[in-house]
Amino acid sequence: MWSWVGHRITGVVIFFFLLVHVLDTSLVRVSPEAYTAVIGAYKNPLMALGETGLVAAIVFHAFNGLRVIAVDFWKKGAKYQRQMLWIVLALWLVTFAAFAIRHLSLALGGH
Amino acid sequence: MTTIQSPRSGNIGSGKIAPKYTRTGGSKGNFEMLAWLFMRLSGIVLVVLIFGHLFVNLLVGEGIHAIDFGFVAGKWADPFWQIWDLAMLWLAMLHGTNGVRTIINDYAEKDSTRFWLKVVLYAATTVIIILGTLVIFTFNPCPVVDGVQLPGGFCPAP
Repeated sequence: MWSWVGHRITGVVIFFFLLVHVLDTSLVRVSPEAYTAVIGAYKNPLMALGETGLVAAIVFHAFNGLRVIAVDFWKKGAKYQRQMLWIVLALWLVTFAAFAIRHLSLALGGH
Repeated sequence: MTTIQSPRSGNIGSGKIAPKYTRTGGSKGNFEMLAWLFMRLSGIVLVVLIFGHLFVNLLVGEGIHAIDFGFVAGKWADPFWQIWDLAMLWLAMLHGTNGVRTIINDYAEKDSTRFWLKVVLYAATTVIIILGTLVIFTFNPCPVVDGVQLPGGFCPAP
């Protein structure tokens, strides 16, 4: 039940970011300076935290989505759905931690 | 052996939902099943496309600091990344739109509310998919306005 709630919430968050992300990328078609200006906004420290949060949502949605597929298509999927949720959470933690360490040290550290 | 009739089925043995229990009058065909299948198939592909996108754009080299107009120009000079981004755009938008459609159907109880929310959703989806597709295929690394090259572009040496 909570994985289902989490899947919906992360899905909606990712969808709204996707709309914004296509629009900001579209500025490459306006001018190089317009694109550089908007992408500059993604490089400030507050946005770096936002990006890290977004990736947390994406990684959960991805791994839990694969779990949903396993539940639907694997013969023993429904039987092992609880164990698979723990695997999802473990993979999420490892993947997210690796991303966060790398991205935040790049984005927050001077270069 | 006793066969138990499926809930809402017309008669024993048929998996079909009896007409009096269907919500749409059966005119929708198997659209919902295809949408369900699409979510799973596109989901698998999107995991690969988006993880690759995040890895190449944010984790390699200087990460986010390297992203600017030249970075995009460099990627889209290669058809591989054009196709990658095109597939990601279409699949993610359709996957997301179908997800939000499901959520609207679940939570908006009034018929008119459901209808208008979906009109807005489909309009947004159409605009974003067309815009994104055009941007990928009409991208110009050396933009020129009124015969003048815009600063920051990558133009061939004269």
